[in-house]
Amino acid sequence: MRGAPETMRVLRPRSPAEAVRLYGRHPEALPLAGGTDVMVSWNAGLLNRRTVLDLSPLREWSRIRRTRAGLVVGALATHARIRDDARVRAAFPLLAEAASVIGAAAIQNRGTLGGNIANASPAGDSFPPLAVYEAVVHTISPDGERRSRFLNVFEGPKATALRPAELIAAVELPFLPKRPTRQIFRKIGTRAAQALSKTVAAGLLWLDGKGRVEELRFALGAMAPTVRRLRTAEAFLAGQRLTPATVDRAVELLGEDVAPIDDVRSTGAYRLAVSRALLGGFLRG
Amino acid sequence: MTRLTVNGRVRVFRGHPFTRLVDVLREGFGLTGTKEGCGEGECGACTVLVDGQPVMSCLVPVCQVEGRRVETIESLGGLERLDPLQKALLEEGGAQCGICTPGMVMTAHAWVRRGGSSRPAAIREALAGNLCRCTGYQHIVDAVARVVRERDRRRGDAKRPSRATSRTARRTGRHR
Ligand SMILES: Cc1cc2nc3c(=O)[nH]c(=O)nc-3n(C[C@H](O)[C@H](O)[C@H](O)COP(=O)(O)OP(=O)(O)OC[C@H]3O[C@@H](n4cnc5c(N)ncnc54)[C@H](O)[C@@H]3O)c2cc1C
Ligand code: FES
Ligand code: FES
Repeated sequence: MRGAPETMRVLRPRSPAEAVRLYGRHPEALPLAGGTDVMVSWNAGLLNRRTVLDLSPLREWSRIRRTRAGLVVGALATHARIRDDARVRAAFPLLAEAASVIGAAAIQNRGTLGGNIANASPAGDSFPPLAVYEAVVHTISPDGERRSRFLNVFEGPKATALRPAELIAAVELPFLPKRPTRQIFRKIGTRAAQALSKTVAAGLLWLDGKGRVEELRFALGAMAPTVRRLRTAEAFLAGQRLTPATVDRAVELLGEDVAPIDDVRSTGAYRLAVSRALLGGFLRG
Repeated sequence: MTRLTVNGRVRVFRGHPFTRLVDVLREGFGLTGTKEGCGEGECGACTVLVDGQPVMSCLVPVCQVEGRRVETIESLGGLERLDPLQKALLEEGGAQCGICTPGMVMTAHAWVRRGGSSRPAAIREALAGNLCRCTGYQHIVDAVARVVRERDRRRGDAKRPSRATSRTARRTGRHR
């Protein structure tokens, strides 16, 4: 069975307020942003007879705004816009890099940050950067607005903590207190384009004047049901010098926070080995 | 009813607003140049330009291009008068079965038009979402690079005082 348009009902709000009102009245509706996830399932016949809430007319939600505290990226900002935005590239380069490796150009022109998050794939490529930047997700529903820490938005593969009739409106990126000494984004996939990640990593490292770790933030995607920060390794390294021994220990502790599985894209063992190599390489500099 | 501009002409689609753009183009408007390969966003055969940017028309319900500018392969040359990209693909052997070609050409067209470079690595990245099972890509990359270089040469010529001097300059350059 393929997608059958005549079974579908389309709601097209003209403003965010109208979108929230319509969603409140039709909580069973399926929000539609760039459609790069939704339309794949719909084409396969998995979403017939649904009501679709088309968010694409909401221009307000596709902007990237600067505030005193950071950047506020609208949920409908496309990966192409994020990739090309000078402010994102300057302050949050790991997110810009992630946006540039999602699918290929034609996917980046349509796919949105809000859609990437709401889709909650374990392999979402924007997630490790958002996790290390400690993003805050702004949501809105008929009950009002909420702010959630990025990591708390996920409950499992394809499952979010979004409530009925709740939409993602924006993602806030707080400016970093100071420039990281070192940073990394790496996506490991089967080919350069159109391939979901076997593993995807983002890291920020601050060293003090004496070469001791002030702070390490490291996140991995596709290594657990949801994106993970390496809390154990991060805490272990705080205040330590990066010696062969401490680096080896941190690389070993990586296993405490992830639980990679075998699936169609890779094996758990490969994922573990390659993420250990990424973390080790990053720490050794 | 959905109103959109296709290849410079305002068109109205009277079918269901959730009909995919690829079906609207092929079945609604008879523009069968655009091909459907996978229907999953993976292959790029269905690539058209929306407001100048490549998108996969199998992933776009027509309601989302209301009031937008859509360009398909039919907006470029035809048999009598080939677009430079079509000509280059033909001459370099960049088209075989032809299924990928309309999407490939539209992606490349957007690249050439927005000032993309002739560096093979950059062209490969720009075309990464368009799969080809026949040519092995090298001939396609060669064709696009050639068109970009022709574009740059034309722009260069336009900037110089006269075509004659620039041609002389180039000739002298080669002799040295
Ligand atoms: C060929 C191909 C390659 C891809 N490659 C990658 C890749 O490399 N990396 C990667 O991470 N992803 C990839 N994807 C997945 C997809 O492109 C991204 O997840 C994209 O960001 C989804 O955004 P969208 O706007 O298209 O979402 P949509 O398809 O419109 O929506 C996705 C989900 O989010 C919900 N939703 C959308 N917006 C909101 C909102 N504002 N509030 C609440 N719910 C919302 C929808 O109801 C739906 O459940 C790929 C997809 C394809 C087809
Ligand atoms: S048919 Fe649309 S991407 Fe393959
Ligand atoms: S020419 Fe046959 S797929 Fe490209």
